[in-house]
Amino acid sequence: MHDLMPITALGGTEARIDAFDHVTITENDGLALASVAARIGHEKPCHATLKKLLGAVPGPGKAILHDPEAGFWMGPDQWMIGAPRATHELLADQLTTLFGETASVTEQSGAWVCFDVTGPAMQDLCERLCAVPIRRMVAGDAQRTMIHQLGCFVIRRQDADHIRILGPRASAGSLHHALITAAHSTA
Amino acid sequence: MIIDHPLLGPRDSAEFTYMGDARLIDRPDPDAGTAAQDFYEYGYLRDNPAGWHDELWFHEAGDRSWLVITRNTLTHEISKVQLARDVARSRGRSK
Repeated sequence: MHDLMPITALGGTEARIDAFDHVTITENDGLALASVAARIGHEKPCHATLKKLLGAVPGPGKAILHDPEAGFWMGPDQWMIGAPRATHELLADQLTTLFGETASVTEQSGAWVCFDVTGPAMQDLCERLCAVPIRRMVAGDAQRTMIHQLGCFVIRRQDADHIRILGPRASAGSLHHALITAAHSTA
Repeated sequence: MIIDHPLLGPRDSAEFTYMGDARLIDRPDPDAGTAAQDFYEYGYLRDNPAGWHDELWFHEAGDRSWLVITRNTLTHEISKVQLARDVARSRGRSK
């Protein structure tokens, strides 16, 4: 029998937390993700299912911070759906059943690393990190941008000092390095 | 240079990658009798206008959509930005 131990994106057995006085960077290991792309000719029923799931269809550059499933717009007729992993580990399977023929669903949990950045200096840190207009963004804004040469999503959450960053999991260490460097430079 | 994305609004051109002449959308019919010549022209022959030019741009660091951008190659002025899929569909492509 194999004796395997699950590890987080940064390779630890527990999610990494880097707490500074002005900002806290938390590796969020509790997220299940799946992408939904409407199939040609099935856009309307796909939108209807999304609306039932999230309460509304996320428009361009927007996220719906719904509980337990949340979602954000990735591109024309494409969305990422996220939910707590503890309750929705098989999110992609559930969504495939839910959307049926109207959309193509792809498991994304293993493709992304998620960092939550909170604290009074969150905006300063974000400004040093990437080109999103963080001070103009409001809760529910989600933008794709480059951080440290990596294509990442930046989602402004409900709390005014909270930003969520999704980046490529295979480069979790590099993204974490960029976040820590930005945190030091805003100290 | 700022590109006014039809869905996301003004974005810095550094987020985009130039992907060539927008005529690449008009792929020749592989079953036509002149297919060899058509694909030779499609693959290799380009106009190089000093002035207005329809171009394909890929929003690589953004929503990853393909755009058709009408740009003046002399002044870098951009007069029109459309989603490439809307352009392709308006020409009867991809159903």
